[in-house]
Amino acid sequence: MKAYLSRRYLFSASHRLHSEAMSEAENQSTYGKCNNPHGHGHNYIVEVTVSGPVDEKTGMVCNLTDLDGFIEREVLARYGHENLNTIKEFTNEVPTTENLCIQIYEIVQRGFHSAHLERVRLEETMMNSFEYAGKSEALR
Amino acid sequence: MVYLTRKAEFSASHYYHNPAFSPEENRRIFGKCNNPNGHGHNYTLEVTVKGEVDPRSGFVVDLKQLKEVMHREVLDAMDHRFLNKEVPEFTHQVPTTENIAIAIWQRLSTKLDRAKLHRVRVYETSDLFVDFYGEA
Repeated sequence: MKAYLSRRYLFSASHRLHSEAMSEAENQSTYGKCNNPHGHGHNYIVEVTVSGPVDEKTGMVCNLTDLDGFIEREVLARYGHENLNTIKEFTNEVPTTENLCIQIYEIVQRGFHSAHLERVRLEETMMNSFEYAGKSEALR
Repeated sequence: MVYLTRKAEFSASHYYHNPAFSPEENRRIFGKCNNPNGHGHNYTLEVTVKGEVDPRSGFVVDLKQLKEVMHREVLDAMDHRFLNKEVPEFTHQVPTTENIAIAIWQRLSTKLDRAKLHRVRVYETSDLFVDFYGEA
């Protein structure tokens, strides 16, 4: 039987929203306070949902320690306590939570094979969150 | 179609162990959860039902009835219990959050009158939850 397992992780990082494709005035009007050149930070919560048949022997979709280990190594160690603008993928891309959500999805999609990745949901604050499910539209 | 979700909480203990595995395998696969004396969680259950809104009552489902069914079928059986020893589903199945969600689905799906069960979500902690939609 197919079940969906979701796990939430916390990391803190700083960023500045600024696009080289825009004038200073445009950046200011588009990003407002988020355009502050010194940057600012968030406590991000990343919620990863994987799915698959529940293994009859273990009762699990996948072993949680595998998922925790992967996210710790590949996501939390990469972005936690960093300035996102200095990370390779954001040197040419604005580190909005939309783009960060897509990047995390791609990392998990590429490297985690113990279960099927359904979606990544990223909370920037308690008041806003973003979800990405790759090419599939159907979010459950 | 309107979706209605009702929450409930229950506290229970469990441990993970499969007699088909060797003691070493059990420890390797299940880690700390393999402690035979058990450990516990405060589970949060979210039951989502779906249906058309009844034009006379304005309800998808009578919430009082849903609450009663959840209490009778799930909470009376699982709240303040040792799942491995006291809940029949888990005498032969590991009481993981996945299997708890499936067991709750099976307990509820035939007991609802008008509305159709859409999703059972079980939070083991605020950072770990499982969804089951009745898929084979």
